[in-house]
Amino acid sequence: MLRSARVVDWRGEQSAASGQGSPLASDCTSMNPRNVVFEEEQRLLEEACTRLARESLAKAIFLIDQNGQIVVAVGEIASIDTTSLASLVAGTTAATSSLAKLLGEEEFPVHFHEGKRDNLHISLVATEYILTVVFDQRSSLGLVRLRVKKATERLTEIFGELARRQSADQGANVFSEITDEDIDNLFSDNF
Amino acid sequence: MSFINYSTREIILKIVYYGPGLSGKTTNIKFIYAATNPEARGKLISLETKADRTLFFDFLPLSLPAIRGFKTRLHLYTVPGQLFYSASRKLIMKGADGVIFVADSQEPRFEANLISMDDLKENLAAYNYDIEKIPFVIQYNKRDLPNVSPVSELRAALNPWGVPDFEAASGAPDGPGVFNTLKAVVKMIIQDLRNA
Repeated sequence: MLRSARVVDWRGEQSAASGQGSPLASDCTSMNPRNVVFEEEQRLLEEACTRLARESLAKAIFLIDQNGQIVVAVGEIASIDTTSLASLVAGTTAATSSLAKLLGEEEFPVHFHEGKRDNLHISLVATEYILTVVFDQRSSLGLVRLRVKKATERLTEIFGELARRQSADQGANVFSEITDEDIDNLFSDNF
Repeated sequence: MSFINYSTREIILKIVYYGPGLSGKTTNIKFIYAATNPEARGKLISLETKADRTLFFDFLPLSLPAIRGFKTRLHLYTVPGQLFYSASRKLIMKGADGVIFVADSQEPRFEANLISMDDLKENLAAYNYDIEKIPFVIQYNKRDLPNVSPVSELRAALNPWGVPDFEAASGAPDGPGVFNTLKAVVKMIIQDLRNA
């Protein structure tokens, strides 16, 4: 436990107590408010994305938060490493956003990557989320743009509802009953 | 920003490795990748220059056992250490749940550690994070090399807050320092969630 954290040298030998005045875990505060997605909004978001995939003739649709976490993934996703995709999309979106500010733009809310076979249409939704459409020759950039614009309105509504519910849920904490033993057990199998 | 999905019953934590260039941030992540059960890890992504220096970030997703019915996933990121990549470092810090500072113990790199720590403080301040209140641990890396500063000196310079700190070695990847560092920050984050 952190309260009794000790310095362990690189040979694995415990030597001395960690520096004095170590902050107790209970003293730590979150670096950011948590981002919570509830079942009802998840279902609505999936419905909206499935509809977008159908109407835009897309291969796959991803909704990703700006920190690279996937909220929704629908369509032909079996052959895609979705976790890696989400991280890289968030990275490129953050870099694009900084580029915009560097040039005096508030934002580049849409960016597009064209490949020989597949293309990526990436756009911001409700400022904190990234809508990513993967499409091939079965669709076109014009169709995707048109359908994304329509879907964005619906997604923004749902995220608005989600934000309201998140505000109301501040008192609930599913992790309040976690024990120190639970935390220690996290590491027992994999490392 | 911890990400909690009630529908998929999962929680995702973002942990960032910070520190000066060539202190071993990418090596930490590569070691974790190599030593972790293949079923518990995702693909390691390194956005590097041709000279194997981190250009934007490294990324490694890991899965831990469920806790209270929620699958726990870690997203490990490194920042590029070289000074002129400051803009990239700031982007990667956004939404972090915890930070690991990897210091280079070699005497000639003492100043580089201080500069990087100041840079970290600036980037944290930009997001209104308080270094004294966030889940934060320090690793004194490369302890196996011959020209290292004593840990007491490093600690005095880099760890005035007394956060948990660990030693690790560049030439002894089977040492426990890498995992002890990671475990410590994950525990701090989860205890933080519990107490929120």
